[in-house]
Amino acid sequence: MTAREVNPALAREFGLSAEEYDRVMAIMGRAPSLTELGIFSVMWSEHCSYKSSRVWLKQLPTTAPWVIHGPGENAGVVDIGDGLAAIFKMESHNHPSFIEPYQGAATGVGGILRDVFTMGARPIANLNALRFGHPDDPRTRRVVDGVVRGIGGYGNCVGVPTVGGEVNFHPAYNGNPLVNAMTVGIAPRDRIFLSAAAGIGNPVVYVGSKTGRDGIHGATMASAEFDADTDAKRPTVQVGDPYTEKLLIEACLELMATDAIVAIQDMGAAGLTSSSVEMAGKGGVGIELDLDQVPQREAAMTAYEMMLSESQERMLMVLRPEQQEVARAIFEKWELDFAVIGHLTDTGRIVVRHRGVIEADIALDPLAEQAPLYHRPMVETPKPGPLGEVADPVGLAAALLTLIACPDLCSRAWVWNQYDSTIGGQTVQRPGGADAAVVRIEGLARALALTTDCTPRYCAADPEAGGRQAVAEAWRNLTAVGARPLAITDNMNFGNPEKPEIMGQFAASIRGMAAACLALDFPVVSGNVSLYNETDGRGILPTPAIGGLGVLEDARDSLGLALQPGLELVLIGTTAGWLGQSLWLREIAGREAGPPPPVDLMTERRNGDFVRGQILSGQVAACHDLSDGGLLIALAEMALGGRTGATLTDTPAGVAPHAFWFGEDQARYVLAVADVDALLAAAAAAGVPTMRLGYTGGVDLTLPGGVAISLIELRAAHERFFPAWMGS
Amino acid sequence: MKAGVVIFPGTNRERDIAIALQAVSGQRPRMVWHRDTDLSGLDLVVLPGGFSHGDYLRCGAMAAHSPVMGAIRRFAAAGGYVLGVCNGFQILTEAGLLPGALLRNASLRFLSQDCHLRVERADTVFTRHYQRSQVFRAPMAHGDGNYFADPATLDRLEGDGLVALRYASPAGDIVPEANPNGSARSIAGILSPNLRVMGLMPHPEDLVDPLMGGTDGLPLFAGMAEALAA
Repeated sequence: MTAREVNPALAREFGLSAEEYDRVMAIMGRAPSLTELGIFSVMWSEHCSYKSSRVWLKQLPTTAPWVIHGPGENAGVVDIGDGLAAIFKMESHNHPSFIEPYQGAATGVGGILRDVFTMGARPIANLNALRFGHPDDPRTRRVVDGVVRGIGGYGNCVGVPTVGGEVNFHPAYNGNPLVNAMTVGIAPRDRIFLSAAAGIGNPVVYVGSKTGRDGIHGATMASAEFDADTDAKRPTVQVGDPYTEKLLIEACLELMATDAIVAIQDMGAAGLTSSSVEMAGKGGVGIELDLDQVPQREAAMTAYEMMLSESQERMLMVLRPEQQEVARAIFEKWELDFAVIGHLTDTGRIVVRHRGVIEADIALDPLAEQAPLYHRPMVETPKPGPLGEVADPVGLAAALLTLIACPDLCSRAWVWNQYDSTIGGQTVQRPGGADAAVVRIEGLARALALTTDCTPRYCAADPEAGGRQAVAEAWRNLTAVGARPLAITDNMNFGNPEKPEIMGQFAASIRGMAAACLALDFPVVSGNVSLYNETDGRGILPTPAIGGLGVLEDARDSLGLALQPGLELVLIGTTAGWLGQSLWLREIAGREAGPPPPVDLMTERRNGDFVRGQILSGQVAACHDLSDGGLLIALAEMALGGRTGATLTDTPAGVAPHAFWFGEDQARYVLAVADVDALLAAAAAAGVPTMRLGYTGGVDLTLPGGVAISLIELRAAHERFFPAWMGS
Repeated sequence: MKAGVVIFPGTNRERDIAIALQAVSGQRPRMVWHRDTDLSGLDLVVLPGGFSHGDYLRCGAMAAHSPVMGAIRRFAAAGGYVLGVCNGFQILTEAGLLPGALLRNASLRFLSQDCHLRVERADTVFTRHYQRSQVFRAPMAHGDGNYFADPATLDRLEGDGLVALRYASPAGDIVPEANPNGSARSIAGILSPNLRVMGLMPHPEDLVDPLMGGTDGLPLFAGMAEALAA
């Protein structure tokens, strides 16, 4: 790159507003160098600074007795018992995944893995929440194919099982898919590694892959909308190397068994800049870097390029000087670069030298403390009007066969079967077998339950109700496998925050989430915000994706959703027949209208605590929470999962059959039990509403009125879409 | 049974193999780094699954030249038992310890699902706890498991009884629908002429605990442990 003149126009090109550039000038007392401007622009990007979202994120509850580290570290940490901690986070890689689906998704997985193992955890599970455009949009197939291959290509190679997640389609994601990747790891509770640098003079060590010119200004790209020139941004997408990541995991964990590390952070967004600035800033020390020592993949890289590169699979550490050679030997064994590239100082400044020239010299405090913080203008999303009566045009059987085959409800086996879900030998509940994935902790009885959830169409209609629902559904999915929900990570995907209606969506979603987190004792311990998810001025559906984590004392208590013969079916919860924003309304009546189902958090808690208690006392043979598609879809999934039919009771009086069987009322579960009287008595004692739904057995799903649909026909409909659409 | 598990850079199913070996023998196997060449005292060497050296060349091609492979050749020539699973099978073919090659899956996609395997002979150390023609279930997880060899080699393998396992339907039928990766003659696992080296693509080590969905893979490890008990 030729030397470029630093001026307000270049600052604007780097994503800094005129006011932000004035603030840079005031802090520096002079015009910044190109490298300094680059550092300011990425540290003050939306992606790194959370400048539009921070004021709202503060409203989320983040504490509980079992929370060890909440937001602010590389990932959240919760106590799961047996002296262990679970470390987890979800992060988006939306913009890169549209530009270059394979590498965008792959590096999303790589980045979130590093956030977790940098804290000392061995990763034990990956999940991913994916939202794609309409299947008829010509771009969608290419994006789905590349994203699924990318997630598999990276996760399979690093040897971490991909155990769960979700896939939705909606035209609002046509030009802006969402790829949210979650990693969960396990570490001894007293061996958590943090990022605050300490010890003046201590060496700053770079390990992992060499630095190249890939991903320069990726964080800035992730903070801008897409337009017709998006293809020209492909060079800002990083390229992943899961093999090196695997070596990095093993080398870091080997080093972490020693006491060599003072502080460690991965080089994620904004690479060397954010890792060095954040580590020194958190520790209240200065840092001096000598870029001549940085392992480089390409010749003649400039300081600006090295500081802004987002080359993958790199970590920055502060080591105890006497342990430096121990560390070097470990990384050399794993054939990874290891270089001392600087040291800590007492100056409170970051000083970057390259070829004998000081390329950057910035006081760290003002870089952090004077970072922009915006109370952006907002308008509330207008509440949707009531839906009113909607007639049933097709009847139950036809609607069931249409819904079970639609892209949002059909089998995801085509996707899961490209992800290694069994590696590690601890996957108790595999994808599709239960409402949440269950992964046992090697050598122990204990297991973690994991899920990702969000219903974006609810959030679009009523962001506050949608935020509540997303958290409540994650809690419900963990409950339905018998786990005690502990905490969540959130991945807030929204449009352009400079538009008041988008900020209104964001603020309302946070309100709803906060209410649900409080009521369910389900705090937020980590998260990520992805804004500017717009293409040519059109935003995505507001998508606050929730990653939930729960614990089972004994993996043998966990429950799946597969029916077995000879059981009674019981519905937990009340059914008004809520069709507003339901999939039945969209797929059968062709409308996206009305308010989403209300979430009564006290009812959620009461019903969920009851269900969990029954599961843990061994009274339940199968359990499924009710969500998209309502009661009949849940029953069909349970029947298909267990290759066991069921005969259903008549629709109760006072509610239309299609509303009863396809309504999406919340706080509900279907249980299959051997002793129905005991269950009903326990529910009555707990004040939990129930209804008998019928009994299991046979090879058909027999609907109210006696229409029988064979499981063969149901399965054919359920499994048709993906293979036919993707051509394999 | 004293077992060693070889770790190449990029190996990732060594823990799964170790769990299965420990379940049947009560002892943790010795983990052998790919630069080590000392296999003394071992009855069995396992090459586990993974992506050795990233599989950036042909799968297993670089690992076949690791220092440990010379030791494994000598170990096998001296009558030692060697089991290669998934990437381990690929490495054994690249090293010339087993014939043939593993090509990209016919679907050109990574496949992670359960498959069914029919036991073609039960008189080996690896398969002795199964019955001949018995069908068992095993997870598979690979992108390059499509077994290939020239017709003469395939005829020789079949003629000499060196096909250990074939992909089959749950009822034991050898049909194209039950051959998930397009392998020649539905071959999932093969043996060396002295029946002491076996390679297979699926992962019986991930189905050794009822909690994980079954114990179909356990007899493979239990049989070895019994036969090789000290």
